[in-house]
Amino acid sequence: MKYIAAVGKYFIMIWEVFKKPTKWTMMRSLIFKEIDELIYGSMGIIIFISFFIGGVVTIQTALNLTSPFLPKSLIGFATRQSVILEFAPTFTSIIMVGKVGSYITSSIGTMRVTEQIDALEVMGINSLNYLVFPKIIAMLFFPFAVAIAMYIGVLGGWIAAVFGGYAPSGEFIKGLQIDFNAFHVTYAFIKTLVFAFVIATIPSYFGYYMRGGALEVGKAATTSFVWTSVVIIILNYVLTQLLLG
Amino acid sequence: MIEVQDIHKSFGDTHVLKGISTTFEQGKTNLVIGQSGSGKTVFLKCLLGLFTPEKGNICYSGNNYADLTSDEQRDLRQDMGMVFQGSALFDSMTVEENVRFPLEMFTKKERAEMQERVDVVLQRVNLVDAHKKYPSEISGGMKKRVAIARAIVMNPTYLFCDEPNSGLDPKTAILIDNLIQEITQEFNITTVINTHDMNSVMEIGEKIIFLKNGYKEWEGTKNEIFKTDNEAVTNFVYSSELFKKVRQMYIEERN
Repeated sequence: MKYIAAVGKYFIMIWEVFKKPTKWTMMRSLIFKEIDELIYGSMGIIIFISFFIGGVVTIQTALNLTSPFLPKSLIGFATRQSVILEFAPTFTSIIMVGKVGSYITSSIGTMRVTEQIDALEVMGINSLNYLVFPKIIAMLFFPFAVAIAMYIGVLGGWIAAVFGGYAPSGEFIKGLQIDFNAFHVTYAFIKTLVFAFVIATIPSYFGYYMRGGALEVGKAATTSFVWTSVVIIILNYVLTQLLLG
Repeated sequence: MIEVQDIHKSFGDTHVLKGISTTFEQGKTNLVIGQSGSGKTVFLKCLLGLFTPEKGNICYSGNNYADLTSDEQRDLRQDMGMVFQGSALFDSMTVEENVRFPLEMFTKKERAEMQERVDVVLQRVNLVDAHKKYPSEISGGMKKRVAIARAIVMNPTYLFCDEPNSGLDPKTAILIDNLIQEITQEFNITTVINTHDMNSVMEIGEKIIFLKNGYKEWEGTKNEIFKTDNEAVTNFVYSSELFKKVRQMYIEERN
């Protein structure tokens, strides 16, 4: 019953976010600030992880293709499929839940604890719109980050394959081009957009409705990470079944 | 003027406010006193519209808050200033950005015009060289003054303060009290202050209501509080040795 009430409260929150918008000139600067904080500020970790994940996928695939009858181009093919379908959209999203989600919960939670949200409400500002809406809009740029993650992942795979001696450059690139289905990229971006909304809103929910002090802010950030990850994993399954099944 | 008529507020099984009625007059500093847990903060949050009472009415200049639409309620809130116990300044903004925030949000003033108003109110609270500092870089007393500046920047009709001098040294606390009283009289604001600081009562208490266990136990002025025989009030007011001596002197003087 507690969980059903929480889900209901979450959807009411979403409704409130879009009611009574904040003055556009203020909102515009908030959106740019959030893009800088949530997307641009996460690019370093996204690039770093994507590069090495791409490399690891390539090495593991190469080490498992021991038969001389299997062409080396399969290494490039497997790297591309793994990176585009799963590693770039889903793995990056989970990383973002840890980095961005925790930041959102703790920053909104701290505002709650220090009565800054009450201050907004007293001024007659729709605090949910002011705090959550710019984060939702900023996270709409997440697919761009994922596109970069895809490119860097494949690049990491190519470097691992060529410089690790697992496959010649030509074979790897040939594998990247085999049976390319553009819808797989579309599927990845659709997933990413859904995950972006989840990453912006669930941590906001846990931050906004938290009660207590500094200790509870930490607890809320942890709870938010767990639940956002769970929702992303479930949605990943549902969307894969719907779009590719 | 704010008229409070028989308000009740509960949280689950806990009945926090049990039928409080009073009137807060314009241009006066109205103090709400009582021990911790007596319902002062809940009462103030009901006045601010942050909590909705289950029963009773709160009328602002004759308009019942509960009868207003949500848009009208938000508009009314723009006419209220609030000084929170912890100041509630926005950490990510400088002092002047904090004070300018309501102007940017609700007015169509030019940037220079806003800056002029910000300078005026910061000067009014005696903060002239802290414009570019962040809340984390200023003292508790300065934070309170910034909070007061932010609360009055829109020329509010109503000013609410939740324990404005808690955590401050006695000298700074008196400065803050006097500042609030001066502003109240200067701008003819209806000011309601939550406090359990007896110095504030003696300094600026033009009207005082005493809450106990969610009830309004007593109501009067700072002169009347010396004369009252209400046991709950005297136990609260004269809990310190200093105020016991003050009362004794008063009684001796009277006799």
